[in-house]
Parts: sequence; structure tokens; C-alpha cells
Amino acid sequence: MEKDYETVIGLEVHVELATRTKIFCGCSTAFGGRPNSHTCPVCTGMPGSLPVLNRKVLEHAVAVGLATNCRITRCCKFDRKNYFYPDNPQNYQISQLYLPICRDGYVEIDVEEGLEGERASTPGKKRIGIHEIHMEEDAGKLIHDEWEDCTLVDYNRSGVPLIEIVSEPDMRSAEEVIAYLEKLRLIIQYLGASDCKLQEGSMRADVNLSVREVGSAHYGTRTEMKNLNSFHAIARAIEGERNRQIDLLESGRAVVQETRRWDDLKGTSYAMRSKEDAQDYRYFPDPDLVPVSIDDAFLEEIRARQPEFRTEKMARYRTEYDIPDYDIEIITGSKHMADIFEATVALGAQPKKVSNWLMVETLRLLKERELDPEDIRFSPEHLAKLITLAESKAVNSTVAKEVFELMFEQDIDPEAYVEEKGLKMVSDTDALRRVVEEVIAANPKSVQDYRGGKDRAIGFLVGQTMKAMKGKADPVTVDALLRELL
Amino acid sequence: MELLTLSAVELGAAIQAGKATAVEAMEAVLRRIEEREDALHCYITIDKEKALERAVEAQRRIQAGELAGPLAGVPMAVKDNLCTAGMPTTCASRMLGNFVPTYTAEALRNLERAGAVVIGKTNMDEFAMGSTTETSAYGATRNPRNTEHVPGGSSGGSAAAVAAGECFFALGSDTGGSIRQPASHCGVVGMKPTYGTVSRFGLVAYGSSLDQIGPLGRTVEDCAAALEILAGAGPRAGQGEAASRDMSGEAGRSPESIVPDRRDSTYLYRKDTDFTSALKKDVAGMRIGIPRDYFGPGLSEEVRHSVMAAAELLRGKGALVEEFDLSLVEYAIPAYYTIAAAEASSNLERFDGIKYGYRATGVEELHQMYKQTRSEGFGPEVKRRIMLGSFVLSSGYYDAYYLKALRVKAMIKKAFDDAFVRYDCILGPVAPTTAPRLGESLDDPLKMYLGDIYTISVNLAGLPAISVPCGEDGNGLPIGLQLIGDCFQEEKILRAAYSYEQFRKEGQG
Repeated sequence: MEKDYETVIGLEVHVELATRTKIFCGCSTAFGGRPNSHTCPVCTGMPGSLPVLNRKVLEHAVAVGLATNCRITRCCKFDRKNYFYPDNPQNYQISQLYLPICRDGYVEIDVEEGLEGERASTPGKKRIGIHEIHMEEDAGKLIHDEWEDCTLVDYNRSGVPLIEIVSEPDMRSAEEVIAYLEKLRLIIQYLGASDCKLQEGSMRADVNLSVREVGSAHYGTRTEMKNLNSFHAIARAIEGERNRQIDLLESGRAVVQETRRWDDLKGTSYAMRSKEDAQDYRYFPDPDLVPVSIDDAFLEEIRARQPEFRTEKMARYRTEYDIPDYDIEIITGSKHMADIFEATVALGAQPKKVSNWLMVETLRLLKERELDPEDIRFSPEHLAKLITLAESKAVNSTVAKEVFELMFEQDIDPEAYVEEKGLKMVSDTDALRRVVEEVIAANPKSVQDYRGGKDRAIGFLVGQTMKAMKGKADPVTVDALLRELL
Repeated sequence: MELLTLSAVELGAAIQAGKATAVEAMEAVLRRIEEREDALHCYITIDKEKALERAVEAQRRIQAGELAGPLAGVPMAVKDNLCTAGMPTTCASRMLGNFVPTYTAEALRNLERAGAVVIGKTNMDEFAMGSTTETSAYGATRNPRNTEHVPGGSSGGSAAAVAAGECFFALGSDTGGSIRQPASHCGVVGMKPTYGTVSRFGLVAYGSSLDQIGPLGRTVEDCAAALEILAGAGPRAGQGEAASRDMSGEAGRSPESIVPDRRDSTYLYRKDTDFTSALKKDVAGMRIGIPRDYFGPGLSEEVRHSVMAAAELLRGKGALVEEFDLSLVEYAIPAYYTIAAAEASSNLERFDGIKYGYRATGVEELHQMYKQTRSEGFGPEVKRRIMLGSFVLSSGYYDAYYLKALRVKAMIKKAFDDAFVRYDCILGPVAPTTAPRLGESLDDPLKMYLGDIYTISVNLAGLPAISVPCGEDGNGLPIGLQLIGDCFQEEKILRAAYSYEQFRKEGQG
């Protein structure tokens, strides 16, 4: 009979920081440059070059640490992790082993009651411990050219700043893992420290997982799973690895401590390397970088800059704006969307209207185009103008939606656009009355049907009028006018 | 005027006064190189044509009034581990035989902005690992005083070039005595500044926490003048120009710094670098300590005699000289070779055949390429230190060796701190013997390491120290006197060294 197993999960999350320049040199971190165009002697490991820490990296790392309740290491150092691979131009990565910038923090996630664990602050909340956060540099990229049968190296990513957030083994299910990642993502996005896109690799998670019999005091042997590019893949990998380990144990075999790579297409993982081939990284303090000492003033500066986080924002929205809880949850689920919402409201738009445009049209277009809320490009000014146009009945709702779509794509100024294209509704009732009279005169059959009691016929006449007006009339007004004249 | 008899500062003054030109000086140096280079092999790279072109340009700018510094127009030599844009930088290794940097070391750039003119790149021990300049992949340099002997090392090419008149002054680097010891062996002055005084950007790293660039010259004054410019404080020509900003941006700033174009995190941007004004012939009341530990077994009688005579001379001029126990001296060598080798093993990982430098041919697989490239590209002494360094950093040994060495380093620093409460300067020998014969040292690396005993503690403690000629042995080989100062106290050792140099000249005169 199968025993009752518990899954124990810890996460190593790499986050690419949103700095303009690299961690140890002034090269751009911009994506997609020509290979090796964002490089210099420092990030290509040329002889005699030396690293100098980018202050912005430290600011972001400390900000994330404060937001996740960590202790900030007042005197932190960088260490070298030595290993030979061509994507690593110095053949050592500058990272932090001995004195990482942040330690002993936590975040709280929402869980079902009963699953809170020991350190919960309130029912329905579970604390996920953060062991440490350290700063490090990203590596370059190897490009295998099958055609020429050679491998090329692109160092544009070499030296892009990362933080690695190492959790405690506090998660027990895929749901908790996703909740934890979502929480981290929101905190970091709210801080503006990263855009945290799993698909694009600006947030990457490695899953450390073991299983044990429920009630056991000891952890089982764990494996580390890499190459997880979406929440979906993470959930599937956790399920797969849990089952694989349980099968091993049930059949009397042992779990081997190893690093495995997830293949999301096949839905399976395979071993990359076991503990036995683990390299000796010969970590030691990097003598090229002086220790970073963090004083109270620096810490206060970062603390003062901490933004309103999601929980606080949601609470404020509930009291300040008359919009549904569901809308609040969606809007605050993206800092960027919340910023647009607040800025548009600040321009005088009615919160409920702004929320509607975000919840309906914006979400529809994002979904259709497979974009994230972070990808929204239209400005609050333009959204506010569009709302004004629609609310004052200057354009009808069909036109408004069309203009919105253009605005979503190109951030056009809706006011100027409507003016330029002559899309404004004709408010001159005499002119409208003349067109309606013409439509009545031109469609005796429909008029007859209507008078004969077929109410549907009026719809056709409204359509004809709208067509004649090139859409620049309010269908409700047209309908009323037709009924009056007939 | 016989230009080659002038010191660098004297030549600079003559050029400013219009009594000589940068071009004449360069021509004189190149003639001397023509005469002596075959026998000495001070240089790895000399491009006579370019050197002359640079001299012509410097002279034009001097005449235009753009360059007025003490070393403007003065020909200089550069150790081949300092990067020079457009000029090969080999570190005397096969590994970098074809390497031409696109950037110039910051320290050298300071000197070039001040108008000094580069002649070429001097020979050295491979990657600065060695004490004789015999580990160079391009052949040994010979001591100008006696070509049967080595010039010392690792900055042996620079020291020999200064001694032979193949340049007016030179740059070296000092990780465990690599400026002071060859200066001592060749009878010239060599100075290692306080760690952090000179930017290391562009110096190919050996032991990053110990490496420091410094000058070698014929006089103490030459070294002071060069160091003042190397340190880079005060108004620099071209400061803020686009070239110095190409790597700035957010980087180039560290939390403790407000300097916008910082390129070496360990560089201190000292303001107290007016070293030439420290050159006063006056040691009255100066407190000089002589560590008894530096005069134990292993020290040659001739060296002991010369150094003690120097101490007596200073005492006679009013210095308060006394002996004391520094302690811990016997731990300096193991601590040094542990730390330097550990850092070197990591610093030299970048030489892998992928991006630049030597690459082995006829290999199929990546790790085989690494192995073969590094086996063929590095010489035996470099490999020995890489292996030693990798070992002391490996898991299970890190605490026992590397961490312990760091603790010893801190204790040595403390011992010096205590000594400098009582003394302005510490006086001792530079090396236990005069320059050994060629071929004598390589078979016994341990013996070679022991020769560093009086110089390496200075690097471990980050202190400034200077080597000044103080005599000769029976074979006419020079002996050097070492003066060690507390951190940032270059003025004191410069004053002591300058005074000694002048008193000695008077005595001989």
C-alpha cells in the first residue's frame, strides 16, 4: 500500500535587475543588440580589466531585501566562483557566497486554512522563509552554428546584474510555489527592480524538491530541477518529480542527489549531473572588489523609497474607489496597470469607467495578442481623453472601441484622431432628422413592415441611418427619432 | 650635453629649458639600446619608429606650451604586464604572445598625459612570477653590472633598462618585491607605494590584493616625481574627456565613492600625493627602527654590513636609530605564497584560448582545448603557482590554508601597526644576497621563494617601501637598502631615502 507522502520544496529564483548598465561596467543591459556590441574589456574578461560595482544593483538588492523582511548585511562582499566555460569570460563568476547582501527574510502567501504552518501571522497566511539574497553577474550566451559546425559566443548578457533569492524548504505543493513566485514577482515589479518575465528569462526559478513520509522529522534526498520557463511548466515539473521520487522509494530504490533538466514538451526530466560530479568552485573573496559597507543613511534612503505594495494598495482602492473587488485584484495584479489606473483617475476620469476600459477592452486585447499587463503602452492621458469622448457621447461606443484598439497598438491621441478622421457624432438634430427622413423615404417596405407591427424592422432602419451617417450618430437617438417620425 | 648622464627630472628640466629635446633624448636612448640590448635583453618589444614619432609629438606639444610637467618628453620603459593600446602586451608569456590590447593601463595613461614618452615594453618573469626574470618565455635579462648575473625580478627588464641607460625611468609592478628587489640587484631606486595609491586598471593581475604599480629610476627624486603622476591626483590633462568615460555610466560608481569614472574599486584617489615636496635632506629626529628579525641567518655578511653602515650614516645625521623585534617574519613567506598563488590561480583562468592569446591546435573537444592551451601556453613556474593556488582554495583545504594565510596577513599588518607607533621608518635589507648567477635559482624554487623574505611582508601589509642603493659586494654587484613606511606615509620614506642618497653621494664625493 502506498504511504502518505509530503513534498518539500525550496526555490532558487534568479531575477535580472532593471538597471541601465551592467553590474561591474558601464555597458548597456539593453536586450537584442548585435552580438558583442554591448561589451567592453571588463565584461569580456580582457587582461588587466577590473570590476567596479554598479550602485543601482546594490540599491535594488537592498530594496528587495527590505520588502521581503530580510536582515541587510552591513558589510557584504563578493566572491569568485571558479569554473571553466566559454560563456563565462573570466572563467569565474562574481557572486556572493560568504556574506550575501540579505539574509533570513520571509514573504507571506495565501493558503487554505489549516495549511498555514507554524509561523503564520494570521489564519489563511503562510510564511515562506527566505534564506538569502545575493548579487551576481549573468553569463554570456553560446550560439551553436550547426551549419558551420562551430560555437560562437555573445557577451552582451555577460555582466547583466542578477539577484538570486534562495528560499527555505518551506513549500509543500505546486500551488504554494506558484503563490510564492507570484508574491515575489509582484514585490519586485512594484519596486521597479525587474520586470520579472519568466518567458523572457528575466525571472528564472530552479526547484529543489524532496519527498518524505508524512510526519517524518528528516528531509528526503533532494533534486534540483532547471529549465522551468512558465508557471505551467513549474507546476507540471513539480508533479512529475514528486511522482518520480515516490515511485523510486516505493520500489525500494533511493533518490539520487542530482541536477535535472525539465523538458516541458515531453513532460519529463532527465539527469544533468549528480552530486558526485559536482565541481569544486573554489570560492574565495574577490580581491578586486572592496567590501561594501552599508550605512544607516543608505538604508534609510532605500527604505524611504519603498512603494505602496499590493496589499496596501488593494485596501486603499476599496476605500477610495467604487469599483468591484475583482477589478481591484486584477488591476493591482500588475504595478504597471495600477499606475495607469491611478494616473487616469488623477486626470479626472471616473474610476469605474477607467476600470471598465482596463477590465474589458484592455484585457481582451492583451489576451488576443498574448501580452502581459506590463506590455501596455498607451498613456493615461490618452485613456482619459478617450473616456471623455465616449462619456460625452462625442463618439458612439463602436467608434470608441475602434479608437481604443488603435490607441492600444500605437498610443495615438484619440481626440486628435477622432477630429482628424471626422468621427465625431453629429449632434445637430436637424441634420440627423433630415437623414432619417431620407431613410424613411427610401425604404417604404420596411416602413410598411414596422407600421404593420414588425418591430424588428426599426432595427434595419437604424442601421441604414447609421450607415448614411458613417457611424457618427448615436443609435439610441436615431431609434427614438425614427419612432417619433413614424 | 651627454643626455644619458642626466636623471629623468634633470632631463625634463633641460627639455623645458630648451637645452635638450624629447627627440634628442629618445635618439640617445635608442643608440644606447643599439649598443647594449643584445647583451642585456631588457626589452620584449621596442618599436623605434613609433617611439621616435611619439617623441616628436611630445616635443611639439612641449614647444606649444601644452606640456610643462617634470617628466614631459622623458623616455620611459614599461613592464610588459601593463596594457598598452596598440602595442603587444605579453606578460613574458607564450600565452599572450599575440595579444595587443585596445586600452592603456590607467597609471601609464597618467604618465603619458604628463608627456612621458614610451620606448617599449620590458622583460619580466612570466606573469610576474619569479625573482630573476629567467621565467620569461622570451629569454632572460642580464644584469648590466655583470652579465653573468640575473637582474632580479620580476621587473628585471625595467630595472636593468634603468641601470643600463636604456631608458630614463621605468614602470614595474610589485606583488612581493618585484620592483624593490631588481632595483636593489641593479643598483637603481625602486618604489612600491601604499596599496591603492595607483590604479591597477590595465595591469594584468597576478595577486590582486598585493599587486601595486610603481616607478624605478636612477634617483629618489625621479621615483617621487613619477609616483606623483602615477597616483593621478591633482589636475590631469584630458580629465573628463570622452575616452575616460567610455566605461562610466552607472558603473564606475561604488557606494562609497563619488568619483564618476572609477575603474579600480581598490584605487583610493589620494589627495596627499605631493611626493616631491617631501624630498628634504633632513633626518634629524626621525625615528628609524631596525628589525632584528631581518638580520638573522641567511643574510649575506656583505649585505648586512652595507645596510648597517647605511643605518649608521643616518644615525650620524641625527636620526634616532634603534633595533627592535618585528616578529612573525618567518610566517610571511608561507602566507604570501598561499595568498598570491590562490589569487593567481583564479586571475589566470581567463587565459583559456577562447577569446585572445595562444590556442592549442589539433584538439577536438572543449576541455581538451583548455588543458592543452594552458599546458603549452604557460611556463613551469606559472603552472606551479596555479596548482598551488588551486589546491589551497579547494574545498576541504580552504580553511586550513587560505583562511589561515589571511589571518596571518592580518597579524603581520598588526605587527607593523605596532612598530609604526614607535618609528617613522623601518630600515632593513631588500634581499638576503646580491644578484645570483644566471641559472642558479630555477632548480630550487623554494630557495628562490626564501629570497623574498624581506620584501613580501610589505605587500601583505599594504605598506609603501623603497629600495635605494647602499653599496656593492666584492664582485661589484649592487646592494639595496629598504625603507618601509606606514600606510600613506610615503613622504617619510622618501625623505629618509632622499637624505641617505644625498649624504652618501657627499660621502663619496
